[in-house]
Amino acid sequence: MSQINRLADGGRLNRAKVIRFWYDDKQYEGHPGDTLASALLANGVHLIGRSFKYHRPRGIFSAGPEEPNALVQLENGPHTEPNRRATEVELYEGLVAQSQNCWPSVGFDLGAVNARLSRLLPAGFYYKTFMWPRALWMGYEKMIRRAAGLGRAPAEPDPDRYDKTHAHCDVLVVGGGPAGLQAACAAGATGARVMLVDERSEFGGSLLDQGPASGRGGWDAAQWLVARLAELRQMKQVTLLPRTTVTGCYDDNFLVANERVTGHLGPTRGDHAPRERLWKIRARRVVLATGSIERPLIFADNDRPGVMLAGAVRAYINRFGVLPGRRIVVLTNNDSAYHTALDAYRAGATVEVVDIRRHPGGQLTDQARALGIAIHPNSAVSAVDTARGKITRVRVMTLSEDGGEVRGAARALGCDVVAVSGGWTPTVHLFSQAKGELAYHHDLHCFVPGKPSAANPLVGAGACCGAYTLAECLAQGRDAGRDAAAAAGFAGCADSPPAAQESEIAEPRDGPVRALWVLPCEHPLGRGPKKHFHDLQNDVTVADIHLAAREGFESVEHLKRYTTTGMGTDQGKTSNLNALAALSEWRGAPIPEIGVTTFRPPYTPLTFGAVAGHERRDLFLQKRTTPMHPWHEQRGAVYEDVGDWKRPLYFPARGEDMAAAVRRECLAARNAVGILDASTLGKIDIVGEHALELLDMVYANAWGGLAVGRCRYGLMLNEHGMVFDDGVTTRLGEHHYHMTTTTGGAARVLNWLEEWLQTEWPGRARVYCTSVTEQWAVASISGPHSRALLAQLCDEPLDGESFPFMSMREFAVAGIPARVFRVSFTGELAFEINVPARFGLALWQKLMAAGEPYGICAYGTEAMHVLRAEKGFIIVGQDTDGTVTPMDLGMDWIVSKNKADFAGKRSFSRADTARTGRKQLVGLLTEDPGFVLPEGAHLVEALGKPPMKMLGHVSSSYLSPNLGRSIALALVEDGLRRKGETLQVALMDGGGHKVTLTDTVFFDPDGGRARG
Amino acid sequence: MLLITCPWCGARDQSEFSYHGEAHIARPERPAQVSDAQWGAYLFMRKNPKGLHRERWVHSHGCRRWFYALRDTRDDRIHATYRPGDPPPDSAADPGAANPGSAT
Repeated sequence: MSQINRLADGGRLNRAKVIRFWYDDKQYEGHPGDTLASALLANGVHLIGRSFKYHRPRGIFSAGPEEPNALVQLENGPHTEPNRRATEVELYEGLVAQSQNCWPSVGFDLGAVNARLSRLLPAGFYYKTFMWPRALWMGYEKMIRRAAGLGRAPAEPDPDRYDKTHAHCDVLVVGGGPAGLQAACAAGATGARVMLVDERSEFGGSLLDQGPASGRGGWDAAQWLVARLAELRQMKQVTLLPRTTVTGCYDDNFLVANERVTGHLGPTRGDHAPRERLWKIRARRVVLATGSIERPLIFADNDRPGVMLAGAVRAYINRFGVLPGRRIVVLTNNDSAYHTALDAYRAGATVEVVDIRRHPGGQLTDQARALGIAIHPNSAVSAVDTARGKITRVRVMTLSEDGGEVRGAARALGCDVVAVSGGWTPTVHLFSQAKGELAYHHDLHCFVPGKPSAANPLVGAGACCGAYTLAECLAQGRDAGRDAAAAAGFAGCADSPPAAQESEIAEPRDGPVRALWVLPCEHPLGRGPKKHFHDLQNDVTVADIHLAAREGFESVEHLKRYTTTGMGTDQGKTSNLNALAALSEWRGAPIPEIGVTTFRPPYTPLTFGAVAGHERRDLFLQKRTTPMHPWHEQRGAVYEDVGDWKRPLYFPARGEDMAAAVRRECLAARNAVGILDASTLGKIDIVGEHALELLDMVYANAWGGLAVGRCRYGLMLNEHGMVFDDGVTTRLGEHHYHMTTTTGGAARVLNWLEEWLQTEWPGRARVYCTSVTEQWAVASISGPHSRALLAQLCDEPLDGESFPFMSMREFAVAGIPARVFRVSFTGELAFEINVPARFGLALWQKLMAAGEPYGICAYGTEAMHVLRAEKGFIIVGQDTDGTVTPMDLGMDWIVSKNKADFAGKRSFSRADTARTGRKQLVGLLTEDPGFVLPEGAHLVEALGKPPMKMLGHVSSSYLSPNLGRSIALALVEDGLRRKGETLQVALMDGGGHKVTLTDTVFFDPDGGRARG
Repeated sequence: MLLITCPWCGARDQSEFSYHGEAHIARPERPAQVSDAQWGAYLFMRKNPKGLHRERWVHSHGCRRWFYALRDTRDDRIHATYRPGDPPPDSAADPGAANPGSAT
């Protein structure tokens, strides 16, 4: 018995082709053009899931993105995707879907016991129950996370590809219904670059749902649609994007849209095309033609499978050729649902209408009456009876004068589907995201776009502005499209679009709406067994809203968070206005006064894949490597990330752990020769007649006396007098300097120089700063044999007199033109050999080969840190943190006494900078020489019961192989004065370790080795 | 994402720019001669107006040049951008801006 609810003809389907798909391990058939929801309904499947909180059986409720119930787990394994709306999943051959949030099956679900316990699960249940004892929250959370939630996230990596693209256009039209199509045609005719974006697989919007038989006189919707699309396809500057959802609107008309490129074809059908593509669109003007979403009326047990939106029933009949039920009761407060009644009747269903209005009267009601459709005026559905998960009948009672109660005897109407309409809510999400003001429409009882924000002058057209007749939609669309193009600089042209045939459209005029938000039953709300749900996805009832309001959560934003109404994957598309109305009734305040909750992107959920795009794994973050990197790779270096750089941390020999490798590297650099890849050091070429002035301003020390070819260490401060970078700068020529910075600070320092030049001395300073970090590869050789090694590879005299410490010479090293700097960060005799980057690897290899007889050893950043700490050299950012002055570092010697001004100088005499007792850098020696203090550990006077007064912290700590003991640096309150004292370092295990405060230089205090 | 007009390059995405705080904070000519209070004002005191605000931006991922913007903090509209050294645009409607003449 296949497709029992499929009509004999009609619908936008390819009936010649049959698609087989699986739902909950059962095979069904459908046709191309179906959604999963329409195909399931065609096969008589209404029950599709269990609700979030009470595990009540739920069915397909809508036919679009607003679906709160019909969420399925699509596909298996790495392709699986949770919470897909069955109403939007296009059917493809072999589709596999599972129901969610039920165990062991959707028909028999153990979690349904929650429904029996619903008295114990009131609004704010989690907040009330799990607040105490606080220590147990972590345990509760795990349990709640398991019990709640909907589908399962895939456990394996996503095998699909996702793309991102940027686009610019003059007019972006969001929504391809009648208003949007008309707007795109009008804008396109002016020559403007137009993008028309629609979330469905086909353009046409509501026209697709309404079918041919809607009595519009001679106007043929299908023909109109074909003509408009043909017109648009001929315009070269028009881009049509179906299956694309605009999910967010940001400042200055920046919109994000997600295109399902191949996702609708099923897993792995895309070949090399991406599954989804994220569009980042900058539009000069935006026309919103986003339409409207029907809202339900709220009545007793309105969540039963078979209760559907009236417009959705109509869409299933006309677009999909599916009649969801044989006996349909239409429950409405407005005329639009009579279209459903008429279409269902013509499709062969038995139809009755329950109209809450006292005197339904309009052309549509007349048509219904003429066909013999029974209309029950001034009535409400007061009960829904089900058997075996299916609706069997509803009971209908007469409403009291004010609609607050039901009276008289209940009439039973047999039915299997209830088609419900409480009016239409314009889709104002994007308008509101763009900070446009919403205005309440008192006749239509909904919010419509009001004043647009200055940042995003969006224009609405059609149903999203509350225009519910086709003629109005077309007229507004044409005007909006033309005006948007004009505002983008495209005045109309001679062959403007053919006048829309609005006059040919004969449309029935709608009668008024009765605003009655919650339909009563024989019991007061919240009493008795029946539930009035307004939010189906989050299982929130009107009684919950009243309870929350009684407890003081009267603001909509509080109400939302306390009851969870309007949250979840549907973000309350069918429930928000009803929730506001319920709150408004309870508070006795009009809806506009209650306000709306903030609309936030995305409009419908985005996949993480779409957001990530190609920016994953190696493409997530750029990776900078030096020219010597292949050698490091070959030698199995272990890396650390410094900024974006991959720097070797150490080079383990076979079987070595980190400690052993670092020990070997440290000893070699002091006793033989070590070699470090220092290419990552920031390098800035500074040239121009005011270069010296710039250096004198940004460094704390003076640069006047530096001869050409000489180097000087400099300390850079910010205006607060705090250290922010350091490095060696060399004078290359009269007005030419080579500055080095810390690896991580290179960009910051260049910016600081530029900021000074451009904003403090604009147009005045003749200095040019160029980053040359990546132009030079640097091999630093260090240790007693470094001079002998270098001598092997050059013809230059290298003795202390010809090439003194802190100077630079240019000569060829191993035949490669080089700048050799005799500077030292290890405290040993050392040479930093700079060569053009392309020769970096060759230089390194030559040095390694020539160094072999000397016992050359490549060392990484960890050994570099140990070696410099042995010498008490600071690392900016490790031993300083932006609150440390040169004086705090005991580096008073570097601060120029003669310069009238430099960045930070004036701040030295500020009270807080000049005071005694600041945290200052000292050395620490542990009582147990083998114990290495943890970096970051706090120093205290004596161990006691917390809280203890913290005197400072350990900033650097290592086991020094050259000293045969542990060493550490620390920032300690009044540390310089405390040298020689002992303090305790508090440890994580609650214990402590005694330390003695010392000088920061542990090794070769007079510095003879580097100068040697 | 804002669209910001760099006075050298034209309109570009906000992601190309960095923000550098309030503009036209004049560094004292002779820092040694100003009081602690004056120096403190230069270092720390910044306006946080609800309304028009003159501020510094740098086109970090473009021409790497600094410029000034007159932005309304209420709606993020940037009313003007101008180069360092240029006279600031008419500030009649700009009650929040101090030292409007000292484009330093």
